[in-house]
Amino acid sequence: MKVQNRSSYHRVTFRLLLGLLSIWFIISFGCAILWRDWLDVHVPPIGHAPFGFWMAQQGAILGFVGLLIIYAIAMNRLDRRYREMKDREDAV
Amino acid sequence: MSQEVLNYLFIGLSFALYLFIAFRSRAGSTKEFYVAGGGVSPVANGMATAADWMSAATFISMAGTVAISGYDGSRFLMGWTGGFVLLTMLMVPYLRKFGKATVPDFIGDRYYSRGARAIAVVCALFICMTYIMGQMRGVGVVFSQLFGISIPAGVLIGATIVFFYAGMGGMKGITYTQVAQYMVMAFAYTLPALFISFALTGDVLPQVGLVSETVAGVPFLEKLDAINRELGFAAYTSGTLSKLNMFCITAALMCGTAGLPHVIVRYFTVKNVRAVRVSAAWTLVFIAVIYLTAPAIGAFARVNLIEAVNEVPHVELPGWFEAFEKTGQITWTDVNGDGCVQYRGPEQAEANELIFGTDMMVMANPTIAELPMWVVALLMAGCIAAALSTAAGLLLVLSTSIAHDLMKKIIKPDLSDREEVRWARLASFGALVVATYFGINPPAAFIAKTVAFAFGLAASSFFPTLLMGIFSKKMNKVGGMAGMSIGLLFTFSYIVYFQFLGGTEDQYLWGITPEGIGFVGMLINFSVSFVVCSVTPPPPQKVVEMVEQIRLPEG
Repeated sequence: MKVQNRSSYHRVTFRLLLGLLSIWFIISFGCAILWRDWLDVHVPPIGHAPFGFWMAQQGAILGFVGLLIIYAIAMNRLDRRYREMKDREDAV
Repeated sequence: MSQEVLNYLFIGLSFALYLFIAFRSRAGSTKEFYVAGGGVSPVANGMATAADWMSAATFISMAGTVAISGYDGSRFLMGWTGGFVLLTMLMVPYLRKFGKATVPDFIGDRYYSRGARAIAVVCALFICMTYIMGQMRGVGVVFSQLFGISIPAGVLIGATIVFFYAGMGGMKGITYTQVAQYMVMAFAYTLPALFISFALTGDVLPQVGLVSETVAGVPFLEKLDAINRELGFAAYTSGTLSKLNMFCITAALMCGTAGLPHVIVRYFTVKNVRAVRVSAAWTLVFIAVIYLTAPAIGAFARVNLIEAVNEVPHVELPGWFEAFEKTGQITWTDVNGDGCVQYRGPEQAEANELIFGTDMMVMANPTIAELPMWVVALLMAGCIAAALSTAAGLLLVLSTSIAHDLMKKIIKPDLSDREEVRWARLASFGALVVATYFGINPPAAFIAKTVAFAFGLAASSFFPTLLMGIFSKKMNKVGGMAGMSIGLLFTFSYIVYFQFLGGTEDQYLWGITPEGIGFVGMLINFSVSFVVCSVTPPPPQKVVEMVEQIRLPEG
């Protein structure tokens, strides 16, 4: 993740959001709704819960928590880089 | 000590704590009243937001809904938590950067028009009003059960308490009170679950118990599926909703969450954008504690309830059954005249004799599982905490919308700070009176239904308009306003038609229930906005710069 100017900041942010929101979609709408029937049969169960069902009631929520933690860390780091870049620019 | 005395004691103590906190942190200025002076720590704010977020409907009805509908109930679990992800990534940091106190404020400035601001105020009032009605009703139900008084009297008591500390403390008082309320709620919700999980499966953690085996060695969920099939229900783990409907409802709940003004405004109380992100992650951690427990409670409660009452002669039933029959939350009609309770699903030829509401599951759970009395008392206190914290947060948004956005920004721009706070207090009183009225005479029968209403409206109005306002530099005034009003109007009429004017199921658009229509309303909002925007003049340079500004880290 390199931040050189405004547009690269926007680009990196956009890619990060896109990546995180894709995971968001896959674990909730994907695993827990659209592909659930298939996953229930073909993926090993979690404990004794069918995989799709488990994703809908537990897995998706755990995933969301993970996503927000990654988001907070990654974005805050990105913002810091941007400010450092700004400071360097101002110094020059 | 009797159950009654314990109930009084727990609730009395928790109230004393809330009022003490509200008094200690009462607001002095408008800034403190609206956003607590902007200096709340991320963890405390996360906890307070979690309490604000978890309404009486979540607390009382969600586990019950999952218990009754099995897999189908996941729409609420995922919808309300997944929406938080959207809220955090797409909305809150940018609105916080913009730095005004309310959502209509942002919309008014971003769409550079009083008209847009006025529409936003109306949307905010509408959403908060629908939502708060459900809360007042929830408070009323709990108080009536507790003190054996009528529901209207219970609503009135609840309203008085909410007014007292929301009006006095403002955002600062509310925030710190909600921290205490979250602790009471989380403790009250998870503790009975631990006991019950241990009794049923031998695992202390309910999330583990749910996927493991019962004490007798049968996988718990297989047992539940077998019970369901035997009684003529769809298997617990498979559900009955169509994929499309399930998709739409979940999406509507998610986007609705991301557009709820009372949640967005919470993040104006922390120091800066970085603190907002940390705080939001904490919020979801705190919310997940309860949301991961709810499905376990639902599943356990279903097994316990069925085993306790099915095929049992009515005269031999435990005392709680009669108590819930009295309040109308359980009804039993002896169809076949054998004096026993038969609980049957739609796929069974035999007639079903037992109907129970989603609201009773959590409340009755500890009693059914024969847990000690103080656990029940704690649960009552938690339930009231859930309703009060949400009601207080909503009331605050309602009053700021009226005082700040309507009075100061639209009607009387020369309003002084002091006058504005006075208006806000007056408005919160007025809003509470209306909410109390609707709490006593609810327009829809169940708490969860009115809440679903609020989410549908938020999804079709605020969510798309805010999103375009933040991420599109081209979106203009006419586009935003047209999208917002048409999206709202569409969703509103669909819900009203099917829930109040007697629309029937075969008239549903592609089989989508009113709960899920907010998602369609949202798509309509987006399309209308873009079409209208493409044929009307672009926004002024000032607004384009503003959009550019809020998407950059500070400076």
